[in-house]
Amino acid sequence: MPDTEPETPARRDALGIAVRNLRIAWGEDVLLDGLSFDIAPRSWACLLGESGAGKTTLLRTLAGLAEPQESSDIRASDGLPLTGRVAYMAQQDLLLPWLDATQNVALGARLRGETADPDRVRALMERTGIAARAGARPGELSGGERQRVALARTLMEDRPVVLMDEPFSALDAITRGRLQELAHELLCDCTVLMVTHDPYEALRLAHRVHVITRGAAGDWPALEPAGSAPRDPSDPALREAYAAIMARLSPRPSDGERPGAAA
Amino acid sequence: MNLLRPAIVFLGLLTAWQAVVSVFDVAPFILPGPGAVVAVATERADILAGHAAVTLGEIVLGLVFGTALGAASAMMMAYFRPARSWLMPALVVSQALPVFALAPVLVLWLGYGMAPKVAMATLIIFFPVTAAFYDGLRRTEPGWVDLARTMGASRGAILRRIRLPAALPAFASGMRVATAVAPIGAVVGEWVGSSAGLGYYMLLMNGRVQTAAMFAALFVLAIMAVALYFLIDAGLRRAVSWQSDVDPSTSF
Repeated sequence: MPDTEPETPARRDALGIAVRNLRIAWGEDVLLDGLSFDIAPRSWACLLGESGAGKTTLLRTLAGLAEPQESSDIRASDGLPLTGRVAYMAQQDLLLPWLDATQNVALGARLRGETADPDRVRALMERTGIAARAGARPGELSGGERQRVALARTLMEDRPVVLMDEPFSALDAITRGRLQELAHELLCDCTVLMVTHDPYEALRLAHRVHVITRGAAGDWPALEPAGSAPRDPSDPALREAYAAIMARLSPRPSDGERPGAAA
Repeated sequence: MNLLRPAIVFLGLLTAWQAVVSVFDVAPFILPGPGAVVAVATERADILAGHAAVTLGEIVLGLVFGTALGAASAMMMAYFRPARSWLMPALVVSQALPVFALAPVLVLWLGYGMAPKVAMATLIIFFPVTAAFYDGLRRTEPGWVDLARTMGASRGAILRRIRLPAALPAFASGMRVATAVAPIGAVVGEWVGSSAGLGYYMLLMNGRVQTAAMFAALFVLAIMAVALYFLIDAGLRRAVSWQSDVDPSTSF
């Protein structure tokens, strides 16, 4: 797309993620062990799995918020640690209720004691479609608007890697669809790892879909949906992939009765 | 109208008071009627105002010191583990000892002036502010801190920009309690030993069986305390206007 934003002339380098031997455990309870995977630069990877499979912990570990277990090796594709080069978007929008939308978008600079470029803030709020509510406090915004502010705040950080933890799960279907498209458009230059529990969301957006099951080990099985994102959810190919994912999520001999498997 | 209800309650109480006085024919030195109290209050307005200023000064100074001390110790406890283990027992002991019991000692040490009353008010205010603010500082939404960490915020920035503002509503609750109890400290101090203040004046009038004057002082104290509470409450509401107000009686 002809989106040459003048406010960020120097595009940061694309950065992939390489994870080797990842082990995630809660005390004695090992959730994931010896897991290895790569995420190509500027690609969108989705991580699917049931609750309690360790998805969020995995994401937090990559974000540097949780200590990785001893054997794990997490790096960016340039061989350096990831720390400081990721932006994080959590399940909740995490807007600070005492700041207005604009101040929330500029939060990173505020926290680092820098001055945010007001033109850039405004430009990003325009691109995420939230410019009209610039002065509103989070309490006055709808769920969709709040996630738009959160998205603008993520983009404001201008990091090569974006980690997202079910950012749209609390939204209604229509708003979710719109925000998925918006995120896809705005994050096309980033390497994205998104955790979700919604197979359709993963299939719409991802280049690769990884399915994790509790106690998973070794290399990550990945699924590469055909076509380019954002895909049309009514596409039959997508429904087939959906069935395949559901089969992988709950490996029981029940393929025939899954919704969508008939297509 | 917001003021209608309190006005009705107030007038109702006045009427009941007058009724008790008239019906049971109470001696004026036991319970004077509202009319007598108002008469004394207007007649001695100057004297009452002078004493009220002293008491108000004690309360306000106590609030300032108590709040500052409470906020400081809450932050110490939240950020330095050793401070927590040393301060907590001291705090609990300071609250287990009734301030009333400390009053004579404070007067002995600090004299008959305003100092022991301010100290007393400070002691009373200090605890609710510390407890509430400390609680607020510990209950920061963990997601906000996570987010700030991925943004490269320092510990100090997280404290200043996230934990402190997030703890403001809790701090405000502590301040409200503190404001409501602050007059107790000042008045108790005045009772134990002083030469000015509404508490002193009430005791003096009590001794002289000028019950109406005593009631007049009591009312001035009550009005002052209520006005102070509403003033501080309004200020706190403005400071944490972003906090969503949910009425539990209508939203279940």
